[in-house]
Amino acid sequence: MGEQNNAQSIEAKQYLVRFNADTKSHLHVKDEDICLTQCPDKICTIFCPAEIYKWEDIRMHVGYEGCHECGSCRIGCPHQNIRWEYPKGGHGIVFRLA
Amino acid sequence: MSEKFDAIVVGAGPAGISCAHDLAKGGANVLLIERGEYPGSKNVMGGVLYRKMMEDIIPEFYKEAPLERPIVEQRFMMMEKESALTFSYKGLEWAKEPYNNFTVLRAKFDQWFADKAVQQGAILINETVVLECIVEDGRVVGVRTDRPDGDVYADVVVLADGVNSLLAQSLGFHKEYKPNEVALATMEVLKLDKKIIEDRFNLEDNQGCTIELFGDATKGIVGTGFLYTNKDTLSLGVGTLLSGLIKHKIKPYELLEYVKNHPMIRPYIQGSEPQEYLAHLIPEGGYNSMGKIVGDGVIVIGDASQLVNAIHREGSNLAMTSGRLAAETVLLAKEAGDFSERMLDHYRVKLLDGFVGQDMKKYKDSTHHFEKFPQYFEQYIPMVNRAASQMFTVDGSSKWEKQKKIMKDLGSTKEKFKLARDIYRAWKVVK
Repeated sequence: MGEQNNAQSIEAKQYLVRFNADTKSHLHVKDEDICLTQCPDKICTIFCPAEIYKWEDIRMHVGYEGCHECGSCRIGCPHQNIRWEYPKGGHGIVFRLA
Repeated sequence: MSEKFDAIVVGAGPAGISCAHDLAKGGANVLLIERGEYPGSKNVMGGVLYRKMMEDIIPEFYKEAPLERPIVEQRFMMMEKESALTFSYKGLEWAKEPYNNFTVLRAKFDQWFADKAVQQGAILINETVVLECIVEDGRVVGVRTDRPDGDVYADVVVLADGVNSLLAQSLGFHKEYKPNEVALATMEVLKLDKKIIEDRFNLEDNQGCTIELFGDATKGIVGTGFLYTNKDTLSLGVGTLLSGLIKHKIKPYELLEYVKNHPMIRPYIQGSEPQEYLAHLIPEGGYNSMGKIVGDGVIVIGDASQLVNAIHREGSNLAMTSGRLAAETVLLAKEAGDFSERMLDHYRVKLLDGFVGQDMKKYKDSTHHFEKFPQYFEQYIPMVNRAASQMFTVDGSSKWEKQKKIMKDLGSTKEKFKLARDIYRAWKVVK
């Protein structure tokens, strides 16, 4: 009964949250080339609390629909390569409890 | 929306609602703009609301506000992998009026609080993002929203748009924060039977407990975990500097799972069901990261100006006081018919002279210190755990022998000097 067995996946966590996603993304990778050629760590794929950044062979996939709008990617991107806006009014994450 | 208001408040959190409430109460014509579906829908905190600063806005609010539990015990756990040194204060003076603090669930609480501002006459508009401040001749005269024909004008704009204050940033009031000026917190609300909560945390009905977690809860990274009791849920979370997550390449939700499965925590939450998962940034740069907070026609309050006392896990109270002082200032400015930076500077002076500014100054170097010297969390917390274990384990060796062993565990003479120096330095940054 290791700790891994008890660990709840990010998918299960995200399933607990209500999202009212907009049809277009509020997050934009400014220059895709920078992710490919200058960013071996792709640290956004690690620290994003909703794991919305996923590296797909040659490009960064941004699953903005599950974004918590925390702002970490904008501040934490080592190349300041993410343009971050708020989703359109009334859209995005909807916290029901805390 | 071509009407002109006395004031526009951007963001319906504790700071913005406090400000809008007091402005409306003072007779100002105030518009409160919220980007979420309802106030609270974008707002996250661990859950402690402080009675005093809330009562400065609404006296005896605890008689009707949707609160979870008044806190009667505050515990602090210095954690190792399979041990914890805990200290706590429990006092029943906190179980009765006027109380000290309460746990709250923000989605419910913020809606109630915003309703109070509306009852005073504030106009609340939800589902509206403020895209930018409208600036004319160097003074802020209104805001541009994402609604059609969405320009709105006012004598003063109060920015209460939270930790991601793109508005204050675009006015040049502060630079983009660095990863060591913000903490990323993730938390879960866990459903658990009310009676079980009271048994596990040694509480009676309508009493609550908070536990702050240090050390292994963050795997030695600068930050803290927390476990708070609500009525029939627990709030469990962990926050570390974003720079720490980057440096150690740790996924925040895996750290949260680590805390949930920690042998010192697991028994508290066993059998509970996760109901919601939340992530949020906490501004922890302190006094040195506050930036400019007053300009011509504009005031910045709450998280938007980094008003958090990380050492004492206070934030919502600083936000409320800043909102109240901003309202007081705008009402004075309205009376004088002067909305210049010089006039509005009254807010900055009052804020910095009061407990908010004093506490921000007192701890101004603390986050930076504990980030720069990771040994407090990485080495010294395990050390005190070993010392406690050594001292309290009865194994036939004398207490003098045990003290000798503890001293030996502190390392060489050089390392002991380093420890003494670190204790002195830590005392200096929090004194």
